[in-house]
Amino acid sequence: MIPAAFDYTRPTDLGAAVQALADAGEDAKVIAGGQSLMPMLRMRFAAPTMLVDLGGVAELRGVRDDGEALVIGAMTTHDEILRDPLIQQHAPLIAQATATVADRQVRHLGTFGGSLAHADPAGDLPSVATALEATFEIAGAGGRRSVPASEFFVDYLTTVLEPGEVLTSIRVPKLPGWSTHYEKFSRVAQAWALVGVAVAVHRSNGTVADARVALTNMASKPVRARAVEDALSGASATEESLASASAHAADDAEPSSDPWASADYRRHLATVLTRRALHAAGAA
Amino acid sequence: MTIAEERQAEVGRDRRRKEDARLITGRTMWTDNLALPGMMHLAILRSPMAHARITHIDVTSARGLPGVFDVFTGRDVADMQGLMPCVWPVTEDTVLPDYPPLAINEVRHTGEPVAVVAARDAASALDALEAIDIDYDPLPVVLDMESALADGSPLVHADKGTNKCYTWVLDSAAAGSGGDAAQAAADAEVVVRRRYIQQRLIPAFMEPRSVVVDPTGEQITVWSATQVPHILRLLLAMSTGVAEHKIRVIAPDVGGGFGGKLQVTPEEFIAFAAARRSGRPVKFTETRSEAMLSGHHGRDQIQDVTVSATRDGTVTGISVDLKVNMGAYLGIITPGTPLLGAFMYNGIYRFPAYRFECTGVFTNTTKTDAYRGAGRPEATYAVERIMDDLAAELGMDPLEVRRRNWIEHDQFPYATAAGLTYDSGNYAAATDRAMELFGYDDLRREQRERRESGDPVQLGIGVSTYTEMCGLAPSRILGQLRYAAGGWENASVRMLPTGKVEVVTGTSPHGQGHETAWSQIAADQLGVPFEDVEVLHGDTRTAPKGLDTYGSRSLAVGGIALVNACRRVVDKARPVAAHLLECDPADLEFVDGAFRVKGTPGASKTLADCALAVFTSHDLPDGVESTLDAEATYDPEDFSYPHGTHLCATEVDTETGMVSIRSYVAVDDVGTVINPLIVEGQVHGGVAQGIAQALFEEAVYDEDGNLLTGTFVDYTIPSSADLPTFITDRTETPAPGHPLGAKGVGEAGTIASTPAVVNAVVDALRPLGVSDVRMPCTPERVWRTIQDARNGSSPAPEGGERP
Repeated sequence: MIPAAFDYTRPTDLGAAVQALADAGEDAKVIAGGQSLMPMLRMRFAAPTMLVDLGGVAELRGVRDDGEALVIGAMTTHDEILRDPLIQQHAPLIAQATATVADRQVRHLGTFGGSLAHADPAGDLPSVATALEATFEIAGAGGRRSVPASEFFVDYLTTVLEPGEVLTSIRVPKLPGWSTHYEKFSRVAQAWALVGVAVAVHRSNGTVADARVALTNMASKPVRARAVEDALSGASATEESLASASAHAADDAEPSSDPWASADYRRHLATVLTRRALHAAGAA
Repeated sequence: MTIAEERQAEVGRDRRRKEDARLITGRTMWTDNLALPGMMHLAILRSPMAHARITHIDVTSARGLPGVFDVFTGRDVADMQGLMPCVWPVTEDTVLPDYPPLAINEVRHTGEPVAVVAARDAASALDALEAIDIDYDPLPVVLDMESALADGSPLVHADKGTNKCYTWVLDSAAAGSGGDAAQAAADAEVVVRRRYIQQRLIPAFMEPRSVVVDPTGEQITVWSATQVPHILRLLLAMSTGVAEHKIRVIAPDVGGGFGGKLQVTPEEFIAFAAARRSGRPVKFTETRSEAMLSGHHGRDQIQDVTVSATRDGTVTGISVDLKVNMGAYLGIITPGTPLLGAFMYNGIYRFPAYRFECTGVFTNTTKTDAYRGAGRPEATYAVERIMDDLAAELGMDPLEVRRRNWIEHDQFPYATAAGLTYDSGNYAAATDRAMELFGYDDLRREQRERRESGDPVQLGIGVSTYTEMCGLAPSRILGQLRYAAGGWENASVRMLPTGKVEVVTGTSPHGQGHETAWSQIAADQLGVPFEDVEVLHGDTRTAPKGLDTYGSRSLAVGGIALVNACRRVVDKARPVAAHLLECDPADLEFVDGAFRVKGTPGASKTLADCALAVFTSHDLPDGVESTLDAEATYDPEDFSYPHGTHLCATEVDTETGMVSIRSYVAVDDVGTVINPLIVEGQVHGGVAQGIAQALFEEAVYDEDGNLLTGTFVDYTIPSSADLPTFITDRTETPAPGHPLGAKGVGEAGTIASTPAVVNAVVDALRPLGVSDVRMPCTPERVWRTIQDARNGSSPAPEGGERP
């Protein structure tokens, strides 16, 4: 459980970090909290020649209010997210899901941006960011760009981040008048989700005006349950509507099978958990 | 001298464990903390194949890497590495395959060691592993027992011509201990047949195994994270030919074992060979993944059980056909582990007829061996499951069926059909107390309500009444079972001139708290303060005699040796005290650490006075030796039999299959308790480990024999967040054969809890047509079982009432 040898640098500003990545080339890897990368290095599943540690870049940390959205620094730890009053007020879905991430020790080191950039399909935060329609701010030697959540996640452990690029912050729209819920199903309390469901619902006059449903671990990347959203849109806010819409939760999903859950079982769980998540979010 | 205020007895006190400060902070001698001058670090390359011939190994480029001192393969050390020993061939014709520590020509399970690097640091050693080039010629793989026993199966050991290791039979009719189980089944009004599966488990001790070997001249010192330093020393000597007196084995502080370190390991033998080969000290510390892949596994049995009964619920016989997965090789007691359960399939009951047949099977998997409870959890699981199934078959309450069959308090000692004589117990008292704490009737009422309302979350109630044999073991019985060693234990007591006491024990604690409990026992026996006792263990030089720690034996056997040694100290001090007091030894009484002259208040000498007197030896009576030190070895007459009743209520979410434990009550009778706090900890940990088998843990191989559960991400161990608050209580029936009345508690919780939980899961689902859920009762498995029952595709349980 000792990584292969690598070089290491800990820049103190974003420009230096981007430069260090550019200098090191394709075999460089960004390390944030290290809670996913370090196990991979120690198991020697990955062997980058250079690690660029973003832990010293102060500008990547913290949460700020930017009017209609919150801007969350990529290096903000899970624990900081949980304690942040802006998150509690404007993005309680993030706080709720973050509280289920691993254990206390991991939450003190692991970062919001790190979880998203790692893009594990069993991770909780990618589907949350997808449901909230967050925007990902990226910096690289070639400049800066913004990518919507719907495009950021590409495949298993793969995002649009190019070698040399750094995820700097995540812009999360405030959703006034919406209610949200994250429903996680795992075998033991500290395990990865077998399936998770992030929902955001906007009710109006006894109907569901708008609903977003994003699924964890139901494909190689977070997936929106569009069939549920479409069925709910404009539907009466009743348990019956939720149940019949939730039956379509897995329509757009392509879950995998492993010894702990078959694809069929995951599909079934998605329908039950979606109904429960919508119920908990007050959609009926 | 005035009489001190009355001394409070140590035995029975909630002493905080004196060893915990150093164990918890890690400021202690874990094997991996050891660093010796010039020490080399070992890394082991392991087979990625479950079965293959090694056709080519090239270590040339690895040898040339920076920091690398040595690279070797099985062929390089074939004549010195020895063969891994099995000390329990259970029958005359048990198949004993060669088991080289480092594979030579063939590998038979993934994770088997094939090459070793010795380097100046662990990182260089790991880097060099990647430069070793090996070609394998794959051979056919067989993983499951029934395939392995079928004609034409691939053979794990081609030279043996069979995958069957042995068949061992216990028949009460043949043994004269009971009737004929087959006849009982033929004559029975009701017969229930069930197949239960004991999944494969991984012991998952906290501290990975670690070994340091230091050859200095002719002497070789071995530090190892082992439960069995004495056995390791003996078997290293016997297997490698190095003389026993030249080997010293030290088990320093050891971080858990659960049977997983009741083993002598290929890694220990490889390190021993590496040190002898180079003449330098070496260290090997495994990674967590290596521990899970290549440390021995537990359980993995198929249990075909038949119980016959009259229609009023009186059991007339039980028979068991057991298949046990040995894995690819035999560890020290791999074949014998199920035999520790062979005598327990009749549980706490007066079953008049019993037959047990056990077949060991080789497969291309990691070997199995002792894991907490070793044979007894499996037996208890089968009998407690089938008692519930019998109750369901008869429409009786599961507790009523048990009451009808269990041994009554006034029937002890009781000779069972399996041939054991249970010493003592009070099953009714423990069960009554458990039902009271549990609120049995209220929970049954709530269960009815949920069933009637069709609640998607159903409630189940599970019962487990258990006993176990502990205190391993009477040597004569071990001999009858063909085990290669005895079961005695040794203790010695050293009285220091200042009156302080050193207790030397042959047991080898790895988390049990012996230092605390042994101090309490010695303090009472010698009348010295708890703080004045130091307990030494785990070093074959300071504690030369012992048979180590496993099988709930340390207190039940080693505790008696300690009491006897303490009594000998007192006996040796008596003439010294009499001499000092100028009286006849017969006029002395020993009370609270002092000899008093009967009828002469104030005339007394403490044990410390005597210790100083023999130290100076200026004025000793004629013929008295200048020492109070004493030693005792104790070989138990018989086993001891703790028992208890555990009750579990589960909520089963029928929509997802998720099981959660609503409440759990454990009432155990472990005889007289030395330290209630330690017993409580053993019960909590044991119950958690048994629940883990019921709901959470399973070692899974893919079809090629790769272990899919080689990390804690995949091998899901529950944490406190997954477990309920345990409600515990005790009844106390002292062990008649023990001077302290103590039985054993190390495995009780694990033995009892697994069937309690699974019975509760099945009980919740019986109205849906479910009669079994395989362990672990994962959400998907529970959900599928419900789906199958609803679709009517569930295989009907065998047996049932006769037409």
